[in-house]
Amino acid sequence: MQVKALNRFNPNHRIALMALAIAAAMLGLGFASVPLYRLFCAATGFDGTTQRVDEQTASQVKALSNTISIRFDANVERGMPWQFKPLQRTDEISIGVRDMALFWAKNTSNEPLTGTASFNVEPEQVGKYFNKIQCFCFTEQTLQPGQEVRMPVLYYVDPAILNDPDAKDVEQITLSYTFHPAVNAGAKALDRTGSGK
Amino acid sequence: MATTADHFQGHVDDHHGHADHDHKPSFFARWFMSTNHKDIGTMYLVFAIFAGVIGGAVSGIMRAELMHPGIQYLGMVASFFGDDASDFNATLHMWNVLITAHGLIMVFFVVMPATIGGFGNWFVPLMIGAPDMAFPRMNNISFWLTFAGFCSLMMSAFVPGGLGNGAGTGWTVYAPLSTYGSTGPAVDFGIFALHLAGAGSIMGAINLITTIFNMRAPGMTMHKMPLFAWSVLVTAFLLLLSLPVLAAAITMLLTDRNFGTTFFDPAGGGDPVLYQHLFWFFGHPEVYIMILPAFGMISQIISTFSKKPVFGYLGMAYAMVAIGVVGFIVWAHHMYTTGLSVNTKMYFTAATMVIAVPTGIKIFSWIATMWGGSLEFKSPMVWALGFIFLFTVGGVTGVVLANGGVDDVLHDTYYVVAHFHYVLSLGAVTALFAGFYYWFPKMSGRMHSEFLAHVHFWIFFIGVNLIFFPMHFLGLQGMPRRYPDYAEAYTHWNQVATIGYMIMAVSIVVWFLNIVYAFTAGKRAEGNYWGEGATTLEWTLSSPPPFHQFETLPVIEDGAHH
Repeated sequence: MQVKALNRFNPNHRIALMALAIAAAMLGLGFASVPLYRLFCAATGFDGTTQRVDEQTASQVKALSNTISIRFDANVERGMPWQFKPLQRTDEISIGVRDMALFWAKNTSNEPLTGTASFNVEPEQVGKYFNKIQCFCFTEQTLQPGQEVRMPVLYYVDPAILNDPDAKDVEQITLSYTFHPAVNAGAKALDRTGSGK
Repeated sequence: MATTADHFQGHVDDHHGHADHDHKPSFFARWFMSTNHKDIGTMYLVFAIFAGVIGGAVSGIMRAELMHPGIQYLGMVASFFGDDASDFNATLHMWNVLITAHGLIMVFFVVMPATIGGFGNWFVPLMIGAPDMAFPRMNNISFWLTFAGFCSLMMSAFVPGGLGNGAGTGWTVYAPLSTYGSTGPAVDFGIFALHLAGAGSIMGAINLITTIFNMRAPGMTMHKMPLFAWSVLVTAFLLLLSLPVLAAAITMLLTDRNFGTTFFDPAGGGDPVLYQHLFWFFGHPEVYIMILPAFGMISQIISTFSKKPVFGYLGMAYAMVAIGVVGFIVWAHHMYTTGLSVNTKMYFTAATMVIAVPTGIKIFSWIATMWGGSLEFKSPMVWALGFIFLFTVGGVTGVVLANGGVDDVLHDTYYVVAHFHYVLSLGAVTALFAGFYYWFPKMSGRMHSEFLAHVHFWIFFIGVNLIFFPMHFLGLQGMPRRYPDYAEAYTHWNQVATIGYMIMAVSIVVWFLNIVYAFTAGKRAEGNYWGEGATTLEWTLSSPPPFHQFETLPVIEDGAHH
């Protein structure tokens, strides 16, 4: 906004318009924070956001002899009629070596239901070193009534973790998933309030 | 500020001769279509008092419930608002409704309308020598938007909001409790109330900024402006920068609630923590919005009753600017327990503590102003001294809570409740009473009773300390906030707090008696009833000031300084 262009207004209107522009910019920033926040988390691994890599990158990673333990955790949102659990409680893996973990899910309702999984690792500072090559959480999963599935996650821990003073002493990483009913697939029909009404 | 009244006297005297032009519009036109900054200021103050009585009554219900462990009165309150009395969940939901209502009313409909809308409207134009606000009609819209917002919030109490009637989300309106955790229209009404009050405040901020930048009397440079005007200017900028972010956040809440978006719902890729970031990016500046005008009023009062200019005028003005700037980069200290990394916590701890520096400048400058002054303990001065003490107590516990590690223990305990009530309830509200007694005769033309004002102060001071000081103990012992019930071990200090509430309530009765006294038997107030210490421009006018003041602008001479 050129201040010069505002000169044809009377001085009070000029200041008021500038103030209004500031308010409008802050309103825009409020909405822009949604994509900005997502980019920020993805770029920095903030708060345990895991990384996604392609096959190309993954194949160039050097394997090390240091091992680390991975613990698996699986949950479903309250009221969602699915069973969901990891098929192994922990895995001992070498850093830089890819591993496949399997999860099992079953739709216990009489309706086909689509779910989407949110994910996180603990401790949060290893998020940027936890790389997934393939994951059932990348897409929505639809299960028919009574259907059971095994779902793989293909991942490795980046050797760069050993150079990070905040992360190099971590002995176990917990990888956690929570299945939610996919929102555009009639999730609002489920009672998510817990009120029992 | 020693923008010395004597300098203006010449200009003002001939102005008083025109008082016969001072005709006022009819009752309806004057109060419902008002464009006069003093009338709108009065409307804001009356509205804030009205809302304050409701918000105070809500806290009375809460203190009564908390006097004993177990649930005593909540069921009664819940059935008053149309809940099924046998539904225990609805009874407990009513507690959430009460804390939500108390917080929202006190923040948006008591403190903000009183400091910015009331005293800001009344005295900023008078102090800078302006005939009115820059946009008188927009001023009127601001008030009525705030009023409509209050009505929307009141209506929310009577419609379903999840487990029972009313919005039970806390004043923070965190998702997912405020999205799929609260079905029914109550939360929508609450959000709408925030939208209206926010829009009103943004318009008010634009108005105040324009007035202060463009309408100062000839010769009144920014650095000669009274500190109250400075405080309102900084506050207006904080409003302008923070409220739109809240508006964006709660608009996203509304679409999450009603239109199937998932900004804050992990099921669709959203993140509830993002809402907390947005809320506190607004919420932290908001606490300075509530306290900065109080700082300004206290500066005027201390200077008046010490009969000295404020010590370190420029330092005082820029300390407020510094508080305003730093206030925008410390928000996550409200979110220490959301899983921030150690490094993030370190930053927010350090940045938060930095705020203690400009705040300390203000406290010490007030003390230095009094040092060697010719002190007079009139009622506004006593209230101002009470403010300095109470605000400092709250500031010290604030430095404790600023520590990320300590906050892990104290987060969401009564220690936090004690902290923010010491700075806001005891701080901002005490300053409001100081400003009230300082300016009431100027606004009404009638002197209040100094005796009753002192009685009001001492009962209030004892009462609020009895309410809130024991909450430090309760918090350190681990009593959590936001619950209507508690373990029996906490009974003692809760009873003390409830007794304190009753004492405080008596002081409010004394205050109302004082107002009645002033209007029925109070002496007529002179133009400058505080004498030589009162040097800002409003004291050069009659009490009450003419309906339109400064038809001839006062001129501030170059020699006038602080």
